[in-house]
Amino acid sequence: MFGKLSWEAIPFHEPIVMVTLAIIALGGLGLFAGITYFKKWTYLWTEWLTSVDHKKIGVMYIVVAMVMLLRGFADAIMMRTQQAMATAGSSGYLPPEHYDQIFTAHGVIMIIFMAMPFFTGLMNLAVPLQIGARDVAFPFLNSLSFWLLVSGVVLINVSLGVGEFAKTGWVAYPPLSGLQYSPGVGVDYYIWALQLSGLGTTLTGVNFLATVLKMRTPGMKLMDMPIFTWTCTWANVLIVASFPILTATLALLTLDRYMDFHIFTNELGGNPMMYVNLFWAWGHPEVYILILPAFGIFSEVISTFSGKKLFGHHSMIYASGAISVLGFMVWLHHFFTMGSGASVNAFFGLATMLISIPTGVKLFNWLFTIYQGRLRFTSQVMWTLGFMVTFAIGGMTGVLLAIPGADFVLHNSLFVIAHFHNVIIGGAVFGYIAGFAFYFPKAFGFKLHEGWGKAAFGFWITGFFVAFMPLYALGFMGMTRRLNTTTNPEWVPYLYVAMFGAVLIACGIACQLIQLYVSVRDRNKPENMCEHGDPWNAHTLEWSTSSPPPFYNFAVLPKADVIDPFTEAKENGTAYQAPAKYEPIHMPNNTATGVVMGGLLTVFGFAMIWHIWWLAIASLVGTVVYFAIHAARDDQGYMVPVDVIERIEAEQHKRLVAAGKIPANATRVETSLEQA
Amino acid sequence: MANAHSHDGHDAGHGSVKSYAIGFILSVILTVIPFGLVMYPTLPKSLTLWIVLIFAVVQVLVHLVYFLHLDRSAAQRNNVVAFVFAAIVIVLLVGLSLWIMFSIHTNMMAH
Amino acid sequence: MSNLVTNVGHAHGHDHGHDDHHHDSGEMTVFGFWLYLMTDCILFASIFAAYAVLVNNVAGGPSGHDIFELPYVLGETALLLFSSITYGFAMLALFKGKKNQVLGWLALTFLFGAGFIGMEINEFHMLISEGFGPNRSGFLSGFFTLVGTHGLHVTSGLIWMAIMMYQVQKNGLTATNKTRLSCLSLFWHFLDVVWICVFTVVYLMGTL
Repeated sequence: MFGKLSWEAIPFHEPIVMVTLAIIALGGLGLFAGITYFKKWTYLWTEWLTSVDHKKIGVMYIVVAMVMLLRGFADAIMMRTQQAMATAGSSGYLPPEHYDQIFTAHGVIMIIFMAMPFFTGLMNLAVPLQIGARDVAFPFLNSLSFWLLVSGVVLINVSLGVGEFAKTGWVAYPPLSGLQYSPGVGVDYYIWALQLSGLGTTLTGVNFLATVLKMRTPGMKLMDMPIFTWTCTWANVLIVASFPILTATLALLTLDRYMDFHIFTNELGGNPMMYVNLFWAWGHPEVYILILPAFGIFSEVISTFSGKKLFGHHSMIYASGAISVLGFMVWLHHFFTMGSGASVNAFFGLATMLISIPTGVKLFNWLFTIYQGRLRFTSQVMWTLGFMVTFAIGGMTGVLLAIPGADFVLHNSLFVIAHFHNVIIGGAVFGYIAGFAFYFPKAFGFKLHEGWGKAAFGFWITGFFVAFMPLYALGFMGMTRRLNTTTNPEWVPYLYVAMFGAVLIACGIACQLIQLYVSVRDRNKPENMCEHGDPWNAHTLEWSTSSPPPFYNFAVLPKADVIDPFTEAKENGTAYQAPAKYEPIHMPNNTATGVVMGGLLTVFGFAMIWHIWWLAIASLVGTVVYFAIHAARDDQGYMVPVDVIERIEAEQHKRLVAAGKIPANATRVETSLEQA
Repeated sequence: MANAHSHDGHDAGHGSVKSYAIGFILSVILTVIPFGLVMYPTLPKSLTLWIVLIFAVVQVLVHLVYFLHLDRSAAQRNNVVAFVFAAIVIVLLVGLSLWIMFSIHTNMMAH
Repeated sequence: MSNLVTNVGHAHGHDHGHDDHHHDSGEMTVFGFWLYLMTDCILFASIFAAYAVLVNNVAGGPSGHDIFELPYVLGETALLLFSSITYGFAMLALFKGKKNQVLGWLALTFLFGAGFIGMEINEFHMLISEGFGPNRSGFLSGFFTLVGTHGLHVTSGLIWMAIMMYQVQKNGLTATNKTRLSCLSLFWHFLDVVWICVFTVVYLMGTL
C-alpha cells in the first residue's frame, strides 16, 4: 500500500535531526497560527500564491532562496564544525552517514535551491520592467515554473525527516548512486527534487527568451536592452541548451535505479563515465547561468552609482556571449583525471583558459565605468568592489586548475572547494545580494538600511577570506574534499581558522536578517520611502514607474530608442509625461493551476521516491487532467478599464510632485507615446 | 500581451497541397534508398554508411522546409535562429561527448 | 488585483478570432512552443549520445545486427510519414476553416500514429519475450531508452490529438484551437524528424 514507506523511515534515534525537525515544526506552526490569527490566508492565496504577476513571482522566488540559504548555511557550519572537531582520534559529532548527507544537501541546496531561485527571482522582478513590458510572454507558465521549484524544495526538505538524503555528493556519480551501492531512498530524493525543479528552470528559460525576443517596448532594439536583461538572456540561452541534458541524465539514472537498466552500471556493459560526462555537460554551463546575471547586476550598480553610462555596453554583451559559448565547451575540465587523452585534455584546458579573456574585458569595462565618475559608496557598490577583487582571485585559481597537469595534483582536493566557493560566493552570491539591495526598493517602495547592509558586507567578505583561504592551503597540503575525520595534525590550525571564517559569515547573515527587520520597521520614515520609483537616479525603464510598480507596470508603454532611455527622458524633460487619455490594458487573470499542479507533482515525486505506484499514477494523471481542464477554460485575461488606470496614475502623479520629480502643474501630452 | 510585436502571424507560411506532396515524395525516396541499400547490400560498407547519413541529413532538411515550413522569410527568422542554435548545441554536445568517451575508451583499453 | 477591475468578459465565445491581442499571443505561443521543441531536441541528443556510447556494449547478448528487422522498421517509418502528410492536410483544412475536414484528417493521423505505437509495442514485446529486454545489456538499455523515449513522445502527441479533436468538435475552429493545432503540428512533424535520426542511427547503422 505505501511502498517502501514505514515508520522506520523517520529517524527517531538521531537527536540532531529530531531537534531540527522540532524547530521546523514549531516555526511552521507559528507561521500557520500567525497567518490564521491575522486572517491572511485569503490575501496570501489570491494576491501571492495564485499570482501570475512577474513581480510577485520574483519576490516569492527570492523568499524561497533566502530560506534555503539559511538551510544550506546551517549545513555548511555543521561541516566546518565537524572537520574542526573530528581530528586526532576524535570522531566529531556527525557520524559518516549523516555527514555525507549534509555535504550532499549543502551542494544541491546552494546551487539548485538558493542560487538558481535567487537569480530567477531577480530576473523576474527586473527583466520585464527593464524592457518596458507588462508581463512575461507566458505568465501562467511562469507561475508553474515557480511551483515546480517549490516541489523540489519541499522534497529535499521532506528528506530530512522522512527517510534520508543522498550520500553521494551533489554530483551523484554512479556506480555509487546506482541501486547496488545506494539502495536507500536518498538518491531518489535527489533525482526527483532536481528533476522537478529542473523542468521548471527549462520552462523559465523558454519563457524569458520569448519575452525578450517578442515583448520589448516599441523602439527598443536588441542591442539597446539593459545589460542585466542581456546577461539574463545569455543565462537563459544556456538554460535552454543545458537543462535538457540534466533532465535526460537524471531520467537515465532513474531507469537504472527503477527498472534495472544498464546505462550507468558497472555490469553488463553500462558506462558510468558517460554519466560524469553528461552531468558536467549540464553542470558547467550551470555555473555560468549563475554568474552571468550577477555580472549584469554589477554592471547596473556600477553604472547607476557612478552616474555614468556603462562603459562598453556592446562589448559587455559580446563578452557575455563569448562566455556563454565557451562555457558550453569546457565541461571536461571537471574530469581531466578520468582518462581521456592528452589532446582532449589540452583542448578543454585551453578552452577553459580562453574564458578569462571575455571576463577580463568585463572587469576593465567596470573599471572604466568608475573612471571619472562620481562613485557613491553605497552598500551595493561595496558588494561590487568586493566582488571585483574576490572574483579576480577566484578566476586566477580557475585558470590554474585549467592546466591539466596542475589539475592532476589538485583534483578532488580542498583547493577545488576553495576555488569554486571563491567564484560562486565572491561572484554570484555577492551579485545577488547587491541586486537584492538594489531592487528591494523597486519591489516594496522603501530602501534597506544602509548601515546594517554595510556591516553584512564587512562580515561576509572578511568571513569569506578567513574561511576559504585556508582551504587553498589545505588543498596544496593534500587534504581531499568530503573528509569526515582527519588524522594530520598540521591541518588542524587551518581547519580552526576556516571554521572561524564560517562564524564570521554567520554574523554577516545575521546582519542581513537584522537589516530586513530594521528596514521593515522604519519603512515609513521619509528618508527610506521611495514610492515615486527612482531612488538611485538610475538609467533604465524599471525606475520610471512607481515602486512597487502598478500591476500593469506601465500605464503607457515607454519609449526606448537609446541604451539608457530613462536617463535620456530625464535629461530631455520628457520623463513622467502622462498622456491626454489612457487606453484600456489587457492583463492575464490569476490562476491556481500552477500551485495545484506543483502540489500534485510534489505528491508524484514523493510517491515515486517511496515506490507507492498507485499514488504516483494517480497524481500524474491528476496533473495532466487538471492541466487539460485549465487549458479548456481558455482564459483570455481581462481588460483594465481606463478609470482604474487614471486612479492609480493620479496617485503616482501626487507622489512625483511631492518628491519634486515633476512640477505640480505638469501638462499632459497630446499623443500617446505608444502611437508615436 | 498588448505589446507583443506584431510580426506576420504563424499562418504566414503554412504550405499548400503541392508543397506537402513534394515533401512527402522526397521523403519516400530519401527513406527507401537507404533502407534498400542496407537490406540488399550492393555497395561497399563505408560508402553505404555515408549515403545513409547524408540521406538522413537531407531528409531532415526536407521535413524542416516542407513540413515545418522553415524558410528565410522575416516571420520565420527567430524560428530559424533557434533551430540553428539548437543544431550547434547538438553538434557540440554529441561531438565533444563522443570524442571524450572514445578517447577514454581507447586510453583505458576497455574491451 | 483582479478585484480592482471588472472582468469585461471578452474572453468568451467565438468572436475573439479577430482580437489583435489574441492574434499576437497566438503567434507568441507558437514561437514559445518552438523554443520548447529545441530543448526537446537537445534532450534527444543527450540520449543519442548515451546510445552511441553503449551501442557496442552487448555484454555477450545480441547486437543490433541480430535483432533488427528492417522491413518491419520500414513499415513503422511509412506509418509515421503518412501521419505527417495527413496532419499537413489537417492544417490546410484548418486554414480554409473546414471543421469537418480538420476532424477527418486528424482522425486519420491519429490512426496512423496509433498504428506506429502498436507496432513499436509489439516489437518491444517480442524482444523482451525472447530474453532481449533492456536488462540484458548496456546496448539494449540504450536501445529501449532511445526508441522508448520517442515512443512516449508520440503517445503524448496522440493524447494531445485526442483532446484537440474533442475541443474542435465542441468549440469549433477558434483562435485558441488554431494556435494549439499549430503547436501540435510542430510537435508531430518534429517527432518525424527525430524518427529519421532514430531509424538511421539505430536501425540502419545497427544493421549495416
